[in-house]
Amino acid sequence: MSDISSRGYANADKLVSTEWVAARLSDDNVRIIESNEDPLLYPSGHIPGAVEVDWVKDLNDPLRRDYLGKSGFEALAGRIGITPETTVIFYGDKSNWWATYALWVFELFNHSNAKIMDGGRLKWVEEGRELTREAPSISPSSYSAPERDDSQIRAFRDAVLQHTQEAGQLVDVRSPAEFSGEKLHMEGYPQEGAVRGGHIPGASNVPWSRAANEDGTFKNAADLRAIYLDEIGLNPAEPTIAYCRIGERSSHTWFVLTNLLGFGDVRNYDGSWTEWGNSVGLPIEK
Amino acid sequence: MADYPAKLQEFLDDFAFISSREERVDFLITLADEFQPVPQSVASKPYDEANRVIGCESEAFVWAIDRSDGSVDFFFDVLNPQGLSAMAMSAILDQSCSGAPLEQVAAIDGEVVFTFFGRDISMGKGRGLTEIINAVVYQARRRLPQS
Repeated sequence: MSDISSRGYANADKLVSTEWVAARLSDDNVRIIESNEDPLLYPSGHIPGAVEVDWVKDLNDPLRRDYLGKSGFEALAGRIGITPETTVIFYGDKSNWWATYALWVFELFNHSNAKIMDGGRLKWVEEGRELTREAPSISPSSYSAPERDDSQIRAFRDAVLQHTQEAGQLVDVRSPAEFSGEKLHMEGYPQEGAVRGGHIPGASNVPWSRAANEDGTFKNAADLRAIYLDEIGLNPAEPTIAYCRIGERSSHTWFVLTNLLGFGDVRNYDGSWTEWGNSVGLPIEK
Repeated sequence: MADYPAKLQEFLDDFAFISSREERVDFLITLADEFQPVPQSVASKPYDEANRVIGCESEAFVWAIDRSDGSVDFFFDVLNPQGLSAMAMSAILDQSCSGAPLEQVAAIDGEVVFTFFGRDISMGKGRGLTEIINAVVYQARRRLPQS
């Protein structure tokens, strides 16, 4: 894959290469964060100095279906030793699916100095770069976070309903079988399904993984524009909402549309199909 | 109700004593390191889709080869190189179910996943691992006489 700066991204600064990371393993102003679905990956070996942020235990409220609040984020940030000035670099498994999810949550707390390591864990490993099982030595920090801001990049059910009634742009990033209603859940995730199959009226279907190459890196801007602009006709100047089943796959697409293609107003509907498809009275299409 | 295969029960007893996440993870990683993919004498890529574990995101496959004594040798592969949990689960089943009495293999409850991986594993991951167990149990049950 070509250099990130030559791929035509709107905000190429949000992506860093494995080489960039390898050169900054001792940089105190950079914190590398691994975020995976498989809980064994990080402890089996991680980038030297990297900390782990677990999408289940660290990012979600343990009781409510919601993300952690201000105090929870401050505690998390303190544990991983970052300040608002720290550059955080996320990487992980599944083409950075979980890394973009973690980055999206950090941006809810306005920690916008956050980037993704292109290609994620798989690329680092396949390049034969160093992994360690040694726990990093982290000095806890004090982090004063703002209240979580759900107004800019997060969408809730009522706003999505209004968006559909106004014929707003919607991207369903699930598989075609989920989109059509043939399947009520993602392959392998039957407990995260819904009582009805189909999609939110007016949505276009682009599975999230189409934005990634085989090696987990992001496609270049021209290829991404061919998918999101030419193929399904999205207008970067119009408000756009992305969704999947719980908001994790769609955070990957949110990252692509916002940072790589420069869309001005993209929100991630984390209630997604597990909320919409189970809600009373909401319209669906098949 | 039939007992579980002796080696599986041994694993379950060992995991039941684990009190910390770190200890559990270390044990599972050790098992994942012991994972042996299916030998070419049994199957080679591309694998027959009939052996795929439906519902496992890590692209796990299971084979069952009959032994002359009536028991079965189970073989596994996990195509996702990052599928460590699936490799650990496969290693446990490989070491505990191959050669075990079919009645005992057929009696395994998928809920044992939570004894190995803990209750805080994600729903999706837990379900995928359970499906690997179910694939093994299915192979045992289909070989038993219909009651």
